[in-house]
Amino acid sequence: MLDVTKIRKDFPILNKDDGLIYLDSAATSLKPKKVIDAVLAYYQDYTANIHRGDYRLSLMASELYDKARENVADFVNVSATEIIFTSGSTASLNQVAYQFGLDILQAGDVILTTETEHASSILPWYQVAKKINAKIEYVPLNNEGLITIENFTKAMHDQVKIVVTTHVSNVLGHVNPIKELARITHDHDGYIVVDGAQAIPHMLIDLKDLDVDFYAFSGHKMLAPTGVGVLYGKRCWLDKMLPLFYGGGSNARFDKQGNITLKNTPEKFEAGTPSIEGVLGLSAAIDYLRDIGMDNVLMHEEELSKYLLTKLHELNNVIIYNPSVKSGIIALNVKNIFSQDVAAYLDHHHIAVRSGNHCAKILNNVIQVTDTIRCSLYIYNTKEDIDEFIRVLKDVTLEKCIDLII
Amino acid sequence: MSEMLKDPMILRQLIMDHYEFPRNHGLVDDTTYSQKHMASESCIDDIVVQVKIIDDKIIDIRFDGVACTISTASTSMMTELLIDKTRLEAKKIIEAYFMMIDNQRYDEAILNEAIAFSNVYKQPNRIKCATIGWKAIKELIEEGEVNE
Repeated sequence: MLDVTKIRKDFPILNKDDGLIYLDSAATSLKPKKVIDAVLAYYQDYTANIHRGDYRLSLMASELYDKARENVADFVNVSATEIIFTSGSTASLNQVAYQFGLDILQAGDVILTTETEHASSILPWYQVAKKINAKIEYVPLNNEGLITIENFTKAMHDQVKIVVTTHVSNVLGHVNPIKELARITHDHDGYIVVDGAQAIPHMLIDLKDLDVDFYAFSGHKMLAPTGVGVLYGKRCWLDKMLPLFYGGGSNARFDKQGNITLKNTPEKFEAGTPSIEGVLGLSAAIDYLRDIGMDNVLMHEEELSKYLLTKLHELNNVIIYNPSVKSGIIALNVKNIFSQDVAAYLDHHHIAVRSGNHCAKILNNVIQVTDTIRCSLYIYNTKEDIDEFIRVLKDVTLEKCIDLII
Repeated sequence: MSEMLKDPMILRQLIMDHYEFPRNHGLVDDTTYSQKHMASESCIDDIVVQVKIIDDKIIDIRFDGVACTISTASTSMMTELLIDKTRLEAKKIIEAYFMMIDNQRYDEAILNEAIAFSNVYKQPNRIKCATIGWKAIKELIEEGEVNE
């Protein structure tokens, strides 16, 4: 079990007097003091660039940076040489599309994906497909927006070179069966690229077991600072890939003729001074999550999600778009009130949710609605948060939404 | 009229009415109209505004799209206010509206029921909603002048 009261004390933003009810962790998570302190410590105690100074502070920063990489690798059960630090999932996924996809795809090849993808997962592949005349195909989703193994198997064929999929949908919260999808993809000699941004913060991920080729995630959704993320790739692919950026720190030597000797994986991908504070913060976030236990995180969210769904079902003015979801992402609307108006009304009651189409624009075709309210839960949320959310939802009317602006 | 427009109940009813029964709603397939698609301002509101101007006079305005209460109602009121106005008159009204949204001094009389949005500045996250249709018509009028 997870001690929410104790956890909430660790989050400074939850300990102000404004009664914030934060239900938008799928956009970004709040940050615990441990993470904030790790960032502060870097600036207050050992500011120095990494891997290029012969003095004590630089060695200390370098050592902590390298340890952070090992910590991340250990968290997802892979080798530290397979972990590339990026600015976030978006940068990670673009890097795979441009530096791997462009290289291995040929005209006529198929990129198989889904209609639940986040813009950051699919837009780079649209660009790649355009450049080399590859085709984009979609796995048919079932009526709840889920990829089933059956549908995936049917959609798979030998022209499919790359499968691009999210691990957990950022709108509907469904968890895709990645391990099976990877197996089927590999049976067809394809590669699978997974957007793990909404999965990593909420469940224990064993990348070795999932056997995916690439996996991307962001720090800021898992308690870490913004501006840092990870690209995991199997060592054999990373070694073949060229970096997207060239510059300091990623090369061993170069000459006037333009000959460049790149460093090894993963350093060759990290040109320029990275977000050192971000990486150290990410490591602290992982320590924090590990202390709580990812099993406890998952159990807490599933319990809250179940509670929220039960309470939502009791309301007759609410439509739920993913009633069978188990994760902490719930998509809904209040009947006859535009999502943004409801979100503003919730904000008036100190409840933070997201309204709109959540960067997954093509999902509209699946759930037959252009925009929703997304409520997303995390370790610091309580049943009391949900009770208040439900109370305000029950109470909302178009008139009350309008009254806020007159 | 202006006294009535100070009553919050009346203002609420006005906004509700323009939201539920938007005026000049639905686009026309007519090349004599110029049109503006306002989709890149935010990822929620997505509206199209059309205008027909002949001899410096706004003959008609139409709009449609996916939008919240405030976007829909403010755009609906805009169409009613600006149809049959000359370009110069329309520009004055538009300027007054943006002054109001910016919480500056403005000419109440020419805004008529659009003053229902005079307090939007207190909700900064809704300013985009209250101005999306107005920005569209402003740009359409300006572009029309450049083209002549």
